[in-house]
Amino acid sequence: MSATSVAATEQYDYDIIKKFSVMAIVWAVVGMFVGVYIASELAWPFLNFDSPYISFGRFRPVHTGAVIFGFGGSALFATSYYVVQRTCQTRLFAPGLAAFTFWGWQAVIVLAALSYVTGFSQGREYAEMEWPIDLLILFVWVAYGAVFIGTLMQRKQPHIYVANWFYLSFILVTALLHTFNNIAVPVDLFSLKSYSLFSGAQDAMTQWWYGHNAVGFFLTSAFLGMMYYFVPKHAGRPVYSYRLSIVHFWALSFMYMWVGTHHLHWTALPDWASTLGATFSIMLLLPSWGGMINGIMTLSGAWDKLRTDPIMRFMIVALSFYGMSTFEGPLMSLKDVNALSHYTDWTVGHVHSGALGWVAMIAFGSLYHMIPKLWNTQMYSVKLINAHFWLATIGTLLYITAMWISGISQGLMWRAFDDFGNLQYSFVESVAAMHPFYAMRAIGGLFFLTGMSLMAYNVYKTIRQGVRDAESAQAYSAAATA
Amino acid sequence: MFKNFKHEKIETNAGLLLVLTMIAVSIGGLVEIAPLFFLKDTMENVAGVRPYTPLESRGRDIYIREGCYTCHSQMIRPFRDEQLRYGHYSLAAESKYDHPFQWGSKRTGPDLARVGGKYSNEWHVQHLIKPVSVVPESVMPNYLWLQETKLDVSDVGDRMRALRVTGVPYSANGEEYQRNVKQFGEAVAKTLHIPDALSNLVAQAQEGNFDGDRSSVSEMDAMVAYLQVLGTMVDFSKIKPEDLVKFR
Repeated sequence: MSATSVAATEQYDYDIIKKFSVMAIVWAVVGMFVGVYIASELAWPFLNFDSPYISFGRFRPVHTGAVIFGFGGSALFATSYYVVQRTCQTRLFAPGLAAFTFWGWQAVIVLAALSYVTGFSQGREYAEMEWPIDLLILFVWVAYGAVFIGTLMQRKQPHIYVANWFYLSFILVTALLHTFNNIAVPVDLFSLKSYSLFSGAQDAMTQWWYGHNAVGFFLTSAFLGMMYYFVPKHAGRPVYSYRLSIVHFWALSFMYMWVGTHHLHWTALPDWASTLGATFSIMLLLPSWGGMINGIMTLSGAWDKLRTDPIMRFMIVALSFYGMSTFEGPLMSLKDVNALSHYTDWTVGHVHSGALGWVAMIAFGSLYHMIPKLWNTQMYSVKLINAHFWLATIGTLLYITAMWISGISQGLMWRAFDDFGNLQYSFVESVAAMHPFYAMRAIGGLFFLTGMSLMAYNVYKTIRQGVRDAESAQAYSAAATA
Repeated sequence: MFKNFKHEKIETNAGLLLVLTMIAVSIGGLVEIAPLFFLKDTMENVAGVRPYTPLESRGRDIYIREGCYTCHSQMIRPFRDEQLRYGHYSLAAESKYDHPFQWGSKRTGPDLARVGGKYSNEWHVQHLIKPVSVVPESVMPNYLWLQETKLDVSDVGDRMRALRVTGVPYSANGEEYQRNVKQFGEAVAKTLHIPDALSNLVAQAQEGNFDGDRSSVSEMDAMVAYLQVLGTMVDFSKIKPEDLVKFR
């Protein structure tokens, strides 16, 4: 029982953070592997192997679920529990509830993946989980909110640190989006199948209000929270501008919720709604870049560390990709650009420049900073972190370049006319033309996955090293007292 | 009031921070979503759009189960190239019974909003079993199991009852049936009557013979029946373009 007595005397509740950190890495490897696999299915369709379970349509939500909710979600639980304790200088409120969020969330990811491959899906992107899983998510989320807000309330510091504002807004918005987007009528109490309460245009509106804000809050605000703690901490410098963080927090929170309709340009959704979405998307550039500038300027003055510290490199590249994606996003929300880009691989490339370049890289940087502190040791190998950094950067660049070329080619081929005013290309000619880029995308993904596997190995060795050191220290002190 | 305001007040009060954040994030959704439920020009009032028959509806379930929306859209935009390639742009009314909507976001394969009637049943069966046998460059997976699997019809009535709760006008009693006769005509109203769901489903599969095998109802029957009805409900020769423009 020595382990629990050690935990009880720790200043902070690290056990739950350790669990979430390990699972973030496990889900990253699994989710990215499935991603590379489905990318390969598009390049080499025999990989579907005539199996219902791994056919592209069923396997794709396994990828998105594992990386967004498995990797991203677990990384956010881990870092938010870490940041809120350290900045409030208190232990977690209701550790029992926190433990429930861990087991509940892992169950959600596993059950969701199993339900997709066996053919249960709500058929709405990033909200494919059927109603029993949605209910479990709701319970976990309420518990998460209680733990986080409870911890804020018992803080020993008068101020609530800026990272916590972002985490808080992410928790609130995710609850709001998840609840309203998943109102459905089950076929019966013992059936997994349900039908969305809304239909057609209203359903589309609700879904993309959810879909884009899953990106806006789950993958942006929350990761900005991560950035606001780990970047200053790792650089050993204060946040560049406190005023800027205030302004861009409120602007970002307010504006993000309007932009979802830019996913529905030129559709049967009323024009006023998508125009409003586009307008706010353009304005959103300012608060987005406010965050980027604040992050990068915090690092300035510590530039010399870039030469020696690959963790710092992850952070600066993450911020650069954040700036790039949040410029590309408003561009694609313009109706004329969207007419070309919508339905093409450009959208997929845009998502991944955000997801790989920003979300994953800032998470890698933060995890590399946090994991040695949790186990009270050093990272096993800095060289491997460096290798991971280059593999991830090259992989991301290969991926988004491939998708830019294929996306723009698709858009141009679909709208090309010959001299007689007929369509120049049949649809399938555009499919055939994409093959080299689909192969290139799969290779980019493979680079990223290889880097991720190095991280998993490096973290495994680091944890073993930490555990061994702790054991020998304990043995030493036991011997000393005996 | 604002003169003495300091952001510090919010930073030191978790409850205030929570409430203000909640207000900031609620406005966008309220302004964009709520009006769609009562503004009359959200949806055109066109004749012909009807709820899916039991067989088509089960086909739609399979379409969702297989994740077809990850590669196929069902939303034609009002552009000349899309008009030539796919047909008339999609109307909001055409997906008013779609719970959930399947407009999609990606065209790895072509749009399917008006695929109904474009190809024969035999073509669809062949294509779903082995797409490259009819489209050599296709990257679509083979859906062999649709032909081999008997359609589960045990809960077809329950499924329609659930859809009825969401607002689809399937009839559960004589009164609702009469209402449907008035709205859709007798032939359609019969297919929407929940107590007759199973016999209607079997009858449509027999008559349509979608999978080329009348001896049993397969998932292929349902899938092809669904694909063949997509985009066929509205007769655009009877609609003046200027009547639709104001909904854009």
